[in-house]
Amino acid sequence: MGIEMSGLTVQLLDIAAGALLLTAVLVVWRRELSVILRVFALQGVALAGLVAVLASAQRSVELGLVALGLLVLRGVVLPLLVRRSLAGAGPVRRETTPMLNVAASLLAAAALTLLALAVSVPLVALDPSPATRAVPVAVAVVLIGLMVMVTRRHAVSQVVGFLLMDNGITAVAFLTTAGIGLLVEAGIALDVLLVAGVLHVLTGRIRETFGDTDLSALRELHD
Amino acid sequence: MNPLGVAGGVLQAVVIVGGAPLVVGLMRQIRARLEGRAGAGVAQPWRDLRKQLRKQPASPRGTSEIYRSAPVLLVATTLVVAVVAPFVTTASALPAVADLFVVVALLALGTVMIALAGIDTGTAFGGMGASREVTILALVEPTVLVAIFALSVRAGSTNLSAIVGSVLDDPARLVSPASLLAAVALVVVIVAETGRLPVDNPATHLELTMVHEAMVLEYAGPDLALVELGSAMRLSVYLGLLANLFVPWGVATGPGVAALAVGVAAFAVKVTLLAAALALAEVFLAKLRLFRVPELLAGSFLLALLSVTTAYVLV
Repeated sequence: MGIEMSGLTVQLLDIAAGALLLTAVLVVWRRELSVILRVFALQGVALAGLVAVLASAQRSVELGLVALGLLVLRGVVLPLLVRRSLAGAGPVRRETTPMLNVAASLLAAAALTLLALAVSVPLVALDPSPATRAVPVAVAVVLIGLMVMVTRRHAVSQVVGFLLMDNGITAVAFLTTAGIGLLVEAGIALDVLLVAGVLHVLTGRIRETFGDTDLSALRELHD
Repeated sequence: MNPLGVAGGVLQAVVIVGGAPLVVGLMRQIRARLEGRAGAGVAQPWRDLRKQLRKQPASPRGTSEIYRSAPVLLVATTLVVAVVAPFVTTASALPAVADLFVVVALLALGTVMIALAGIDTGTAFGGMGASREVTILALVEPTVLVAIFALSVRAGSTNLSAIVGSVLDDPARLVSPASLLAAVALVVVIVAETGRLPVDNPATHLELTMVHEAMVLEYAGPDLALVELGSAMRLSVYLGLLANLFVPWGVATGPGVAALAVGVAAFAVKVTLLAAALALAEVFLAKLRLFRVPELLAGSFLLALLSVTTAYVLV
Protein backbone atom coordinates (compact mmCIF):
# COMPACT_ATOMS: atom_id res chain seq x y z
CA MET A 1 0.00 0.00 0.00
CA GLY A 2 3.09 2.13 -0.11
CA ILE A 3 2.66 3.87 3.23
CA GLU A 4 5.77 4.57 5.23
CA MET A 5 5.73 3.00 8.67
CA SER A 6 7.98 3.75 11.60
CA GLY A 7 9.90 1.00 13.38
CA LEU A 8 7.50 0.97 16.31
CA THR A 9 4.46 0.66 14.05
CA VAL A 10 6.02 -2.26 12.21
CA GLN A 11 6.80 -3.94 15.53
CA LEU A 12 3.23 -3.44 16.79
CA LEU A 13 1.88 -4.77 13.50
CA ASP A 14 4.12 -7.83 13.78
CA ILE A 15 3.00 -8.46 17.35
CA ALA A 16 -0.68 -8.19 16.39
CA ALA A 17 -0.10 -10.63 13.52
CA GLY A 18 1.81 -12.97 15.86
CA ALA A 19 -1.06 -12.85 18.37
CA LEU A 20 -3.50 -13.67 15.58
CA LEU A 21 -1.53 -16.79 14.71
CA LEU A 22 -0.88 -17.79 18.33
CA THR A 23 -4.58 -17.63 19.20
CA ALA A 24 -5.44 -19.74 16.15
CA VAL A 25 -2.93 -22.36 17.31
CA LEU A 26 -4.32 -22.27 20.84
CA VAL A 27 -7.82 -22.98 19.50
CA VAL A 28 -6.40 -26.14 17.91
CA TRP A 29 -4.36 -27.01 21.00
CA ARG A 30 -6.95 -26.74 23.77
CA ARG A 31 -9.93 -29.04 24.24
CA GLU A 32 -11.95 -27.11 26.82
CA LEU A 33 -14.66 -25.30 24.85
CA SER A 34 -14.89 -22.39 27.27
CA VAL A 35 -11.11 -21.85 26.97
CA ILE A 36 -11.41 -22.00 23.17
CA LEU A 37 -14.06 -19.28 23.30
CA ARG A 38 -11.90 -17.07 25.50
CA VAL A 39 -8.98 -17.51 23.08
CA PHE A 40 -11.29 -16.70 20.20
CA ALA A 41 -12.32 -13.44 21.91
CA LEU A 42 -8.60 -12.63 22.33
CA GLN A 43 -8.13 -13.17 18.62
CA GLY A 44 -10.88 -10.67 17.94
CA VAL A 45 -9.01 -8.15 20.07
CA ALA A 46 -5.76 -8.92 18.21
CA LEU A 47 -7.52 -8.41 14.87
CA ALA A 48 -8.94 -5.09 16.04
CA GLY A 49 -5.43 -4.13 17.22
CA LEU A 50 -4.03 -5.00 13.79
CA VAL A 51 -6.55 -2.75 12.06
CA ALA A 52 -5.97 0.00 14.63
CA VAL A 53 -2.22 -0.09 13.89
CA LEU A 54 -2.97 0.17 10.16
CA ALA A 55 -5.36 3.05 10.87
CA SER A 56 -2.74 4.96 12.82
CA ALA A 57 -0.16 4.31 10.10
CA GLN A 58 -2.50 5.67 7.43
CA ARG A 59 -3.95 8.38 9.72
CA SER A 60 -7.42 7.28 8.63
CA VAL A 61 -10.37 8.01 10.93
CA GLU A 62 -12.57 5.69 8.93
CA LEU A 63 -10.23 2.76 9.51
CA GLY A 64 -10.10 3.66 13.19
CA LEU A 65 -13.88 3.42 13.36
CA VAL A 66 -13.70 0.05 11.63
CA ALA A 67 -11.16 -1.11 14.25
CA LEU A 68 -13.52 -0.03 17.01
CA GLY A 69 -16.38 -1.87 15.34
CA LEU A 70 -14.22 -5.00 14.98
CA LEU A 71 -13.32 -4.82 18.66
CA VAL A 72 -16.97 -4.70 19.68
CA LEU A 73 -18.14 -7.33 17.19
CA ARG A 74 -15.31 -9.88 17.30
CA GLY A 75 -13.99 -9.26 20.78
CA VAL A 76 -17.33 -9.10 22.58
CA VAL A 77 -20.53 -9.79 20.61
CA LEU A 78 -19.59 -12.93 18.66
CA PRO A 79 -17.85 -14.68 21.60
CA LEU A 80 -20.86 -13.88 23.80
CA LEU A 81 -23.24 -15.25 21.20
CA VAL A 82 -21.26 -18.49 20.84
CA ARG A 83 -20.93 -18.72 24.62
CA ARG A 84 -24.70 -18.60 24.92
CA SER A 85 -25.10 -21.46 22.51
CA LEU A 86 -22.42 -23.34 24.49
CA ALA A 87 -24.42 -22.78 27.67
CA GLY A 88 -27.40 -24.36 25.93
CA ALA A 89 -25.37 -27.11 24.29
CA GLY A 90 -25.75 -29.68 27.02
CA PRO A 91 -23.29 -31.30 29.37
CA VAL A 92 -20.42 -31.87 26.91
CA ARG A 93 -18.01 -29.00 27.50
CA ARG A 94 -14.96 -30.51 25.85
CA GLU A 95 -13.96 -31.47 22.37
CA THR A 96 -13.37 -35.06 23.46
CA THR A 97 -12.75 -36.97 20.26
CA PRO A 98 -11.94 -34.78 17.28
CA MET A 99 -11.70 -36.64 13.95
CA LEU A 100 -8.02 -35.81 13.87
CA ASN A 101 -6.38 -36.13 17.28
CA VAL A 102 -4.91 -32.99 18.79
CA ALA A 103 -1.24 -33.86 18.23
CA ALA A 104 -1.92 -34.67 14.56
CA SER A 105 -3.99 -31.54 14.04
CA LEU A 106 -1.19 -29.45 15.57
CA LEU A 107 1.24 -30.92 13.05
CA ALA A 108 -1.35 -30.32 10.32
CA ALA A 109 -1.56 -26.70 11.47
CA ALA A 110 2.22 -26.46 11.11
CA ALA A 111 1.99 -27.85 7.56
CA LEU A 112 -0.86 -25.44 6.73
CA THR A 113 1.21 -22.50 7.95
CA LEU A 114 4.06 -23.50 5.67
CA LEU A 115 1.56 -23.92 2.82
CA ALA A 116 0.18 -20.43 3.51
CA LEU A 117 3.72 -19.11 3.39
CA ALA A 118 4.35 -20.80 0.05
CA VAL A 119 1.14 -19.70 -1.66
CA SER A 120 1.33 -16.08 -0.55
CA VAL A 121 4.81 -15.48 -1.98
CA PRO A 122 3.40 -13.92 -5.20
CA LEU A 123 0.97 -11.80 -3.15
CA VAL A 124 3.80 -10.38 -1.07
CA ALA A 125 5.97 -9.88 -4.16
CA LEU A 126 3.33 -7.58 -5.69
CA ASP A 127 4.02 -4.83 -3.17
CA PRO A 128 6.52 -5.71 -0.44
CA SER A 129 5.67 -3.64 2.65
CA PRO A 130 5.45 -4.50 6.35
CA ALA A 131 1.68 -4.94 6.01
CA THR A 132 1.76 -7.31 3.04
CA ARG A 133 4.55 -9.30 4.67
CA ALA A 134 2.06 -10.26 7.38
CA VAL A 135 -0.35 -11.65 4.77
CA PRO A 136 0.99 -15.26 5.04
CA VAL A 137 0.10 -15.20 8.73
CA ALA A 138 -3.48 -14.18 7.95
CA VAL A 139 -3.74 -16.82 5.22
CA ALA A 140 -2.50 -19.40 7.76
CA VAL A 141 -5.31 -18.36 10.12
CA VAL A 142 -7.84 -18.91 7.29
CA LEU A 143 -6.47 -22.41 6.62
CA ILE A 144 -6.32 -23.33 10.32
CA GLY A 145 -9.93 -22.16 10.72
CA LEU A 146 -10.97 -24.34 7.81
CA MET A 147 -9.19 -27.30 9.38
CA VAL A 148 -10.90 -26.73 12.73
CA MET A 149 -14.25 -26.58 10.95
CA VAL A 150 -13.64 -29.83 9.10
CA THR A 151 -12.06 -31.96 11.83
CA ARG A 152 -14.03 -31.06 14.96
CA ARG A 153 -17.18 -32.86 16.01
CA HIS A 154 -18.73 -30.43 18.44
CA ALA A 155 -21.06 -27.89 16.84
CA VAL A 156 -19.68 -25.05 18.93
CA SER A 157 -16.07 -25.70 17.90
CA GLN A 158 -17.18 -25.88 14.27
CA VAL A 159 -18.77 -22.46 14.65
CA VAL A 160 -15.51 -21.20 16.18
CA GLY A 161 -13.65 -22.67 13.20
CA PHE A 162 -15.92 -20.76 10.83
CA LEU A 163 -15.41 -17.50 12.73
CA LEU A 164 -11.65 -18.13 12.85
CA MET A 165 -11.68 -18.41 9.07
CA ASP A 166 -13.61 -15.18 8.84
CA ASN A 167 -11.12 -13.42 11.13
CA GLY A 168 -8.35 -14.60 8.80
CA ILE A 169 -10.18 -13.36 5.71
CA THR A 170 -10.78 -9.96 7.32
CA ALA A 171 -7.10 -9.74 8.26
CA VAL A 172 -6.05 -10.56 4.67
CA ALA A 173 -8.47 -7.92 3.35
CA PHE A 174 -7.08 -5.19 5.58
CA LEU A 175 -3.45 -6.14 5.05
CA THR A 176 -3.64 -6.25 1.25
CA THR A 177 -5.88 -3.25 0.56
CA ALA A 178 -5.76 0.27 1.90
CA GLY A 179 -9.03 -0.33 3.71
CA ILE A 180 -12.18 -1.74 2.15
CA GLY A 181 -14.53 1.04 3.08
CA LEU A 182 -16.69 1.46 6.15
CA LEU A 183 -19.90 0.47 4.36
CA VAL A 184 -18.51 -2.75 2.90
CA GLU A 185 -16.97 -3.76 6.23
CA ALA A 186 -20.22 -2.99 8.04
CA GLY A 187 -22.07 -5.18 5.52
CA ILE A 188 -19.64 -8.06 6.05
CA ALA A 189 -19.84 -7.66 9.82
CA LEU A 190 -23.62 -7.80 9.70
CA ASP A 191 -23.40 -10.91 7.52
CA VAL A 192 -21.10 -12.68 9.96
CA LEU A 193 -23.29 -11.67 12.88
CA LEU A 194 -26.30 -13.06 11.06
CA VAL A 195 -24.50 -16.33 10.26
CA ALA A 196 -23.41 -16.69 13.89
CA GLY A 197 -27.00 -16.02 14.96
CA VAL A 198 -28.34 -18.65 12.56
CA LEU A 199 -25.75 -21.16 13.74
CA HIS A 200 -26.67 -20.34 17.34
CA VAL A 201 -30.32 -21.11 16.66
CA LEU A 202 -29.35 -24.22 14.66
CA THR A 203 -27.19 -25.52 17.52
CA GLY A 204 -30.10 -25.04 19.90
CA ARG A 205 -32.45 -26.93 17.57
CA ILE A 206 -29.98 -29.77 17.09
CA ARG A 207 -29.67 -30.14 20.84
CA GLU A 208 -33.44 -30.01 21.35
CA THR A 209 -33.98 -32.73 18.78
CA PHE A 210 -31.05 -35.05 19.50
CA GLY A 211 -30.04 -34.10 23.05
CA ASP A 212 -26.45 -33.53 21.95
CA THR A 213 -24.40 -31.26 19.72
CA ASP A 214 -21.98 -33.90 18.52
CA LEU A 215 -22.39 -33.53 14.78
CA SER A 216 -20.85 -36.91 13.96
CA ALA A 217 -24.15 -38.43 15.03
CA LEU A 218 -25.86 -36.68 12.13
CA ARG A 219 -24.26 -38.60 9.29
CA GLU A 220 -26.97 -41.11 8.48
CA LEU A 221 -30.64 -40.86 7.71
CA HIS A 222 -33.06 -42.55 10.06
CA ASP A 223 -36.76 -43.28 9.69
CA MET B 1 40.92 -19.37 23.18
CA ASN B 2 41.05 -16.06 25.03
CA PRO B 3 41.80 -15.46 28.72
CA LEU B 4 38.31 -14.07 29.41
CA GLY B 5 36.75 -17.20 27.92
CA VAL B 6 38.92 -19.49 30.05
CA ALA B 7 38.30 -17.53 33.25
CA GLY B 8 34.59 -17.35 32.49
CA GLY B 9 34.47 -21.05 31.65
CA VAL B 10 36.07 -22.04 34.95
CA LEU B 11 33.76 -19.67 36.83
CA GLN B 12 30.70 -21.04 35.04
CA ALA B 13 31.64 -24.61 35.88
CA VAL B 14 32.19 -23.75 39.55
CA VAL B 15 28.97 -21.73 39.80
CA ILE B 16 26.86 -24.41 38.11
CA VAL B 17 28.30 -27.40 39.96
CA GLY B 18 28.10 -25.57 43.27
CA GLY B 19 24.79 -23.86 42.67
CA ALA B 20 22.76 -26.51 40.85
CA PRO B 21 21.93 -28.56 43.99
CA LEU B 22 21.03 -25.32 45.77
CA VAL B 23 18.61 -24.46 42.95
CA VAL B 24 16.96 -27.87 43.38
CA GLY B 25 16.90 -27.33 47.15
CA LEU B 26 15.32 -23.90 46.68
CA MET B 27 12.60 -25.33 44.45
CA ARG B 28 11.82 -28.07 46.98
CA GLN B 29 11.79 -25.52 49.80
CA ILE B 30 9.37 -23.23 47.95
CA ARG B 31 7.11 -26.14 47.20
CA ALA B 32 7.24 -27.33 50.83
CA ARG B 33 6.40 -23.88 52.19
CA LEU B 34 3.49 -23.43 49.79
CA GLU B 35 2.14 -26.83 50.80
CA GLY B 36 2.34 -25.90 54.49
CA ARG B 37 5.40 -28.03 55.32
CA ALA B 38 8.55 -26.75 57.00
CA GLY B 39 10.83 -28.12 54.27
CA ALA B 40 14.31 -29.57 54.60
CA GLY B 41 16.20 -26.37 53.81
CA VAL B 42 17.90 -25.11 50.68
CA ALA B 43 21.15 -27.00 51.33
CA GLN B 44 19.51 -30.40 51.76
CA PRO B 45 20.47 -31.70 48.26
CA TRP B 46 24.14 -31.00 49.09
CA ARG B 47 23.79 -32.91 52.38
CA ASP B 48 22.21 -35.81 50.49
CA LEU B 49 25.06 -35.77 47.95
CA ARG B 50 27.67 -35.80 50.73
CA LYS B 51 25.98 -38.74 52.40
CA GLN B 52 25.74 -40.74 49.17
CA LEU B 53 29.31 -39.98 48.14
CA ARG B 54 30.59 -41.50 51.38
CA LYS B 55 28.82 -44.78 50.77
CA GLN B 56 30.40 -47.84 49.26
CA PRO B 57 29.80 -48.16 45.48
CA ALA B 58 27.42 -50.96 44.57
CA SER B 59 25.87 -52.06 41.30
CA PRO B 60 23.31 -54.77 40.54
CA ARG B 61 24.52 -58.15 39.34
CA GLY B 62 24.55 -58.57 35.56
CA THR B 63 24.96 -54.89 34.66
CA SER B 64 27.62 -53.89 32.17
CA GLU B 65 30.05 -51.01 31.80
CA ILE B 66 27.25 -48.87 30.35
CA TYR B 67 25.55 -48.84 33.72
CA ARG B 68 28.74 -47.75 35.48
CA SER B 69 29.82 -45.13 32.93
CA ALA B 70 26.41 -43.47 32.43
CA PRO B 71 26.46 -41.25 35.56
CA VAL B 72 29.99 -40.06 34.78
CA LEU B 73 29.05 -39.28 31.18
CA LEU B 74 25.89 -37.47 32.28
CA VAL B 75 27.89 -35.17 34.55
CA ALA B 76 30.73 -34.83 32.02
CA THR B 77 28.53 -33.78 29.08
CA THR B 78 26.63 -31.31 31.24
CA LEU B 79 29.90 -29.94 32.58
CA VAL B 80 31.18 -29.31 29.04
CA VAL B 81 28.02 -27.36 28.27
CA ALA B 82 28.38 -25.48 31.57
CA VAL B 83 31.90 -24.44 30.59
CA VAL B 84 31.32 -23.36 26.99
CA ALA B 85 27.77 -21.94 26.81
CA PRO B 86 27.33 -18.19 27.41
CA PHE B 87 26.17 -18.08 31.03
CA VAL B 88 28.51 -15.66 32.78
CA THR B 89 30.40 -14.33 29.77
CA THR B 90 29.79 -14.33 26.02
CA ALA B 91 33.47 -15.09 25.40
CA SER B 92 33.49 -18.87 25.22
CA ALA B 93 36.51 -20.98 26.13
CA LEU B 94 35.86 -23.17 23.07
CA PRO B 95 33.80 -21.08 20.64
CA ALA B 96 33.30 -24.00 18.25
CA VAL B 97 31.61 -26.07 20.97
CA ALA B 98 29.30 -23.23 22.06
CA ASP B 99 27.28 -23.96 18.93
CA LEU B 100 23.55 -24.60 19.17
CA PHE B 101 23.75 -28.06 17.62
CA VAL B 102 26.74 -29.19 19.68
CA VAL B 103 25.17 -28.07 22.95
CA VAL B 104 21.84 -29.76 22.22
CA ALA B 105 23.64 -32.93 21.12
CA LEU B 106 25.76 -32.98 24.30
CA LEU B 107 22.69 -32.59 26.50
CA ALA B 108 20.88 -35.31 24.54
CA LEU B 109 23.89 -37.62 24.90
CA GLY B 110 23.59 -37.45 28.70
CA THR B 111 19.90 -38.33 28.55
CA VAL B 112 20.52 -41.20 26.15
CA MET B 113 23.26 -42.63 28.40
CA ILE B 114 20.92 -42.66 31.40
CA ALA B 115 18.20 -44.27 29.28
CA LEU B 116 20.66 -46.98 28.17
CA ALA B 117 21.67 -47.53 31.78
CA GLY B 118 18.00 -47.93 32.67
CA ILE B 119 17.65 -50.65 30.02
CA ASP B 120 20.95 -52.20 31.12
CA THR B 121 19.64 -53.04 34.58
CA GLY B 122 17.11 -55.38 32.97
CA THR B 123 14.35 -54.49 35.42
CA ALA B 124 10.80 -53.71 34.33
CA PHE B 125 10.94 -50.19 35.78
CA GLY B 126 14.25 -49.36 34.09
CA GLY B 127 13.03 -50.37 30.65
CA MET B 128 9.71 -48.62 31.09
CA GLY B 129 11.34 -45.40 32.26
CA ALA B 130 13.86 -45.54 29.41
CA SER B 131 11.14 -46.04 26.81
CA ARG B 132 9.17 -43.08 28.16
CA GLU B 133 12.24 -40.88 28.42
CA VAL B 134 13.26 -41.60 24.84
CA THR B 135 9.70 -40.88 23.64
CA ILE B 136 9.83 -37.50 25.33
CA LEU B 137 13.40 -36.88 24.14
CA ALA B 138 12.47 -37.57 20.53
CA LEU B 139 9.78 -34.88 20.73
CA VAL B 140 11.82 -32.41 22.77
CA GLU B 141 15.08 -32.25 20.81
CA PRO B 142 13.60 -31.02 17.51
CA THR B 143 11.68 -28.33 19.39
CA VAL B 144 14.76 -27.09 21.22
CA LEU B 145 16.72 -26.99 17.96
CA VAL B 146 13.99 -25.22 16.00
CA ALA B 147 13.21 -22.72 18.78
CA ILE B 148 16.82 -21.62 19.23
CA PHE B 149 17.25 -21.70 15.47
CA ALA B 150 14.49 -19.08 15.24
CA LEU B 151 16.58 -16.83 17.47
CA SER B 152 19.68 -17.49 15.38
CA VAL B 153 17.97 -16.34 12.16
CA ARG B 154 18.49 -12.69 13.00
CA ALA B 155 21.87 -13.17 14.61
CA GLY B 156 23.00 -14.93 11.43
CA SER B 157 24.87 -17.58 13.39
CA THR B 158 24.04 -20.69 15.37
CA ASN B 159 26.73 -19.89 17.89
CA LEU B 160 25.02 -19.32 21.23
CA SER B 161 27.46 -16.56 22.22
CA ALA B 162 26.73 -14.76 18.95
CA ILE B 163 22.96 -15.06 19.54
CA VAL B 164 23.25 -13.66 23.07
CA GLY B 165 25.59 -10.91 21.86
CA SER B 166 23.25 -9.87 19.05
CA VAL B 167 20.31 -9.56 21.47
CA LEU B 168 22.50 -7.37 23.70
CA ASP B 169 23.21 -5.14 20.70
CA ASP B 170 19.58 -4.79 19.69
CA PRO B 171 17.16 -5.45 22.58
CA ALA B 172 14.12 -4.33 20.54
CA ARG B 173 14.03 -7.64 18.71
CA LEU B 174 13.02 -9.40 21.92
CA VAL B 175 9.47 -8.11 21.54
CA SER B 176 9.04 -9.63 18.08
CA PRO B 177 6.54 -12.46 17.55
CA ALA B 178 9.40 -14.81 16.63
CA SER B 179 11.18 -14.51 19.95
CA LEU B 180 7.94 -14.55 21.98
CA LEU B 181 6.79 -17.78 20.30
CA ALA B 182 10.27 -19.28 20.73
CA ALA B 183 10.22 -18.37 24.42
CA VAL B 184 6.92 -20.16 25.03
CA ALA B 185 8.09 -23.22 23.08
CA LEU B 186 11.38 -23.34 24.99
CA VAL B 187 9.69 -23.07 28.38
CA VAL B 188 7.46 -26.05 27.57
CA VAL B 189 10.30 -28.25 26.34
CA ILE B 190 12.60 -27.31 29.20
CA VAL B 191 9.90 -28.33 31.65
CA ALA B 192 9.57 -31.64 29.80
CA GLU B 193 13.29 -32.24 29.37
CA THR B 194 14.20 -31.62 33.01
CA GLY B 195 11.40 -33.87 34.20
CA ARG B 196 9.29 -31.31 36.05
CA LEU B 197 5.52 -31.16 36.41
CA PRO B 198 3.27 -31.54 34.44
CA VAL B 199 5.36 -34.01 32.40
CA ASP B 200 7.10 -35.89 35.21
CA ASN B 201 6.85 -35.56 38.96
CA PRO B 202 10.35 -35.17 40.44
CA ALA B 203 9.13 -35.79 44.00
CA THR B 204 7.82 -39.34 43.65
CA HIS B 205 9.39 -42.75 43.84
CA LEU B 206 7.74 -46.07 43.03
CA GLU B 207 4.82 -44.77 41.11
CA LEU B 208 3.75 -46.29 37.83
CA THR B 209 3.82 -42.84 36.27
CA MET B 210 7.44 -41.91 36.94
CA VAL B 211 9.86 -41.31 34.08
CA HIS B 212 13.27 -40.14 35.24
CA GLU B 213 13.12 -41.84 38.65
CA ALA B 214 12.23 -45.16 37.01
CA MET B 215 15.47 -45.18 35.02
CA VAL B 216 17.75 -44.43 37.95
CA LEU B 217 15.94 -46.64 40.46
CA GLU B 218 18.82 -49.12 40.72
CA TYR B 219 21.54 -46.57 41.36
CA ALA B 220 23.00 -46.28 44.87
CA GLY B 221 25.88 -44.59 46.64
CA PRO B 222 28.33 -42.42 44.68
CA ASP B 223 26.72 -43.34 41.34
CA LEU B 224 23.36 -42.06 42.57
CA ALA B 225 25.10 -38.90 43.81
CA LEU B 226 26.49 -38.33 40.29
CA VAL B 227 23.10 -38.93 38.68
CA GLU B 228 21.41 -36.49 41.06
CA LEU B 229 24.14 -33.91 40.56
CA GLY B 230 23.92 -34.38 36.79
CA SER B 231 20.14 -33.86 36.74
CA ALA B 232 20.44 -30.80 38.96
CA MET B 233 23.13 -29.38 36.66
CA ARG B 234 20.97 -30.02 33.60
CA LEU B 235 18.13 -28.09 35.20
CA SER B 236 20.43 -25.14 35.94
CA VAL B 237 21.98 -25.28 32.46
CA TYR B 238 18.58 -25.24 30.76
CA LEU B 239 17.27 -22.46 32.98
CA GLY B 240 20.49 -20.51 32.38
CA LEU B 241 20.18 -20.93 28.60
CA LEU B 242 16.56 -19.78 28.71
CA ALA B 243 17.48 -16.77 30.85
CA ASN B 244 20.44 -15.67 28.76
CA LEU B 245 18.77 -16.17 25.39
CA PHE B 246 15.84 -13.93 26.31
CA VAL B 247 17.15 -11.70 29.13
CA PRO B 248 20.88 -11.46 28.40
CA TRP B 249 21.59 -8.33 30.44
CA GLY B 250 24.44 -8.63 32.93
CA VAL B 251 26.46 -11.10 30.86
CA ALA B 252 30.13 -10.08 30.81
CA THR B 253 31.18 -9.06 27.30
CA GLY B 254 34.54 -7.49 28.13
CA PRO B 255 37.42 -8.51 30.39
CA GLY B 256 37.72 -7.41 34.00
CA VAL B 257 37.06 -8.84 37.43
CA ALA B 258 34.11 -6.50 38.01
CA ALA B 259 32.41 -7.55 34.75
CA LEU B 260 32.81 -11.23 35.64
CA ALA B 261 31.47 -10.62 39.16
CA VAL B 262 28.44 -8.84 37.72
CA GLY B 263 28.03 -11.72 35.26
CA VAL B 264 28.04 -14.33 38.03
CA ALA B 265 25.61 -12.31 40.17
CA ALA B 266 23.25 -11.67 37.24
CA PHE B 267 23.33 -15.35 36.24
CA ALA B 268 22.61 -16.48 39.81
CA VAL B 269 19.73 -14.02 40.18
CA LYS B 270 18.19 -14.96 36.82
CA VAL B 271 18.36 -18.72 37.42
CA THR B 272 17.06 -18.33 40.98
CA LEU B 273 14.10 -16.25 39.81
CA LEU B 274 13.28 -18.70 36.99
CA ALA B 275 13.55 -21.67 39.35
CA ALA B 276 11.32 -19.95 41.90
CA ALA B 277 8.75 -19.18 39.20
CA LEU B 278 8.86 -22.79 38.00
CA ALA B 279 8.42 -24.12 41.56
CA LEU B 280 5.53 -21.73 42.13
CA ALA B 281 3.81 -22.83 38.94
CA GLU B 282 4.31 -26.48 39.82
CA VAL B 283 2.26 -26.14 43.00
CA PHE B 284 -0.79 -25.35 40.90
CA LEU B 285 -0.23 -28.07 38.28
CA ALA B 286 -1.26 -31.70 38.23
CA LYS B 287 0.73 -34.27 36.34
CA LEU B 288 -0.43 -34.79 32.78
CA ARG B 289 -1.40 -38.26 31.61
CA LEU B 290 1.54 -39.78 29.77
CA PHE B 291 -0.48 -40.15 26.58
CA ARG B 292 -1.32 -36.45 26.65
CA VAL B 293 2.36 -35.46 26.84
CA PRO B 294 2.96 -35.83 23.05
CA GLU B 295 0.07 -33.40 22.55
CA LEU B 296 1.77 -30.80 24.74
CA LEU B 297 5.10 -31.32 23.02
CA ALA B 298 3.57 -31.28 19.53
CA GLY B 299 2.06 -27.93 20.48
CA SER B 300 5.39 -26.56 21.57
CA PHE B 301 7.01 -27.90 18.39
CA LEU B 302 4.37 -26.08 16.36
CA LEU B 303 5.10 -22.86 18.26
CA ALA B 304 8.82 -23.28 17.58
CA LEU B 305 8.14 -23.87 13.88
CA LEU B 306 5.85 -20.84 13.71
CA SER B 307 8.58 -18.88 15.41
CA VAL B 308 11.06 -19.76 12.66
CA THR B 309 8.42 -19.01 10.03
CA THR B 310 7.61 -15.59 11.47
CA ALA B 311 11.32 -14.86 11.88
CA TYR B 312 11.62 -15.19 8.11
CA VAL B 313 8.29 -13.63 7.15
CA LEU B 314 7.82 -10.68 9.49
CA VAL B 315 11.20 -9.08 9.18
